Amino acid sequence: MIRIANGQGFWGDWLEAPVRLVEQGPIDYLVLDYLAEVTMSILQKQKLADSRLGYASDFPPLMARLAKQLRERGVRVVANAGGVNPVACAEEVRRLAPCLKVAVVLGDDIYSRIDDLLAHGHDLRNMDTGQPLSSIRDRIRSANVYTGAFSLAEALGTGADVIIAGRCTDTALTLAPMIHEFGWEEGDWDRLAAGTIAGHIIECGAQCTGGNCQVDWQAIPDMADIGYPIVEAEPDGSFAVTKHPGTGGRIDKHTIKEQLLYELGDPHNYMTPDCIADFTTVRLREEGNDRVRITGIRGTPRPATLKVSISYSWGWKAIGTLVYSWPDALAKAKTADQIVRSRLKQLGLSFEQIYTEYFGYNACHGPVAQVCAEPPEIQVRIGVRDMNRQSVERFTRELVPLVLSGPPTGTGYGEGRPAVREIIAYWPALVPREEISTAVEVVA
Amino acid sequence: MKVPLSRIAHGRSGDKGDTSNIGIIALDERHYPVLLREVTVERVKQFFGDMVHGDVVRYELPNLGAVNFLLYEALGGGGTLSLRIDAQGKALSAALLRLEIEIGEQEL
Repeated sequence: MIRIANGQGFWGDWLEAPVRLVEQGPIDYLVLDYLAEVTMSILQKQKLADSRLGYASDFPPLMARLAKQLRERGVRVVANAGGVNPVACAEEVRRLAPCLKVAVVLGDDIYSRIDDLLAHGHDLRNMDTGQPLSSIRDRIRSANVYTGAFSLAEALGTGADVIIAGRCTDTALTLAPMIHEFGWEEGDWDRLAAGTIAGHIIECGAQCTGGNCQVDWQAIPDMADIGYPIVEAEPDGSFAVTKHPGTGGRIDKHTIKEQLLYELGDPHNYMTPDCIADFTTVRLREEGNDRVRITGIRGTPRPATLKVSISYSWGWKAIGTLVYSWPDALAKAKTADQIVRSRLKQLGLSFEQIYTEYFGYNACHGPVAQVCAEPPEIQVRIGVRDMNRQSVERFTRELVPLVLSGPPTGTGYGEGRPAVREIIAYWPALVPREEISTAVEVVA
Repeated sequence: MKVPLSRIAHGRSGDKGDTSNIGIIALDERHYPVLLREVTVERVKQFFGDMVHGDVVRYELPNLGAVNFLLYEALGGGGTLSLRIDAQGKALSAALLRLEIEIGEQEL
């Protein structure tokens, strides 16, 4: 049995979580998931500005903080902290923590190969809209293939303490140590699917240990010290999900089921580069003491294509807010919205979209929100988006004046004009597997 | 009798681009057939009304006593494009738990 823990569900997750996982009990592998779709484009922008950047900057200091304990306890780290610059990330880890041996997985970044792929007849069509990539070619900011667990396992084979990847799948981080330790191979579809589903359960950190859980949430113990998840993996593909004893949070069938369903599409066909996992074959058994055992998972052969995560500049947006107090808070907020829209119209400005919601009334649940007739306060939240930056800029000047020239009791304008932000949008596409090859390098 | 869905179920919601995924799970697996009968594609589509511009699809997970809904074109463009405060639809599972369902007293 090996213990694989997840200490980071996204870049920005609790900084203390990975430290506590290492300090508060036995684990063999610490996996850290840093990358969301939009993160890649932010990192690409940083790399263009400075060729030494473009990775999760929290990661090297974390490795420095943990280096001694990782070595003493024999804990190995697998992380997709590399972003669009895994080598620079690895070099920074080596600089801050020279005692750690570091290996990187390369090959996911196809930004420089886009034209070559298009020239070879790969349209890289948007999986959602069917549009060919050529329609946004000049606006592309990053392009990365979701790579799988086998190249991470190969990197573990070098004996490195720390494995750094770019855009591998979140689930591969957890599956890779199982492939490495148990010798699973391509064709072991059921076991690969089991490791993949184990990865899905822990990839969002504490979201399977009581975080964001709807069942008796007020009774969940000690969320301030919530324990992050640990998979106890067996060579046959069965596993248990648990956490260190004495930590906060809760693991039972409810917390695991909620996470199984999180961001799930067709449960029969959960596609990864390593296999296709069938979530309808999962069998759960509570073993008490914050431990759930999972068996029975079946999988089918991996797909012939790999998914590509492309980001591109879509245009601009700004979101502005004003707050109105009781009495008639909602009526005042609605009047403010009408005034803003009327003034934009007078200026001859139009937008691809203008969207208003009333925070404290319908912002979270839209038309199905439970209506409160006389709320004590309402925040009106008006957003616009458009390709034309000047129109969006002009919009940002139209809210604050209402404090003096609109309905009474307007406040909450302390931040001044809202910021204009570039919209970096996501373009999912497919590429044949043969076009992509990965490589492992040990960074000295 | 009529009860809110929250009486027998819990859930979690997330996103894939402009698609919202809402998992609805029976608190007691005994109630899974009630979920299948009451929380149909038609009722979910009707419940969210204007919020959902595309199709609604339901997948069944009898092993978990759960159903998974995909609501296409439901997040105002999704991700960075959406102008909504809940651009990822994190709160939509809680919204759906307010759906009124019909359940026999002996079923409860």
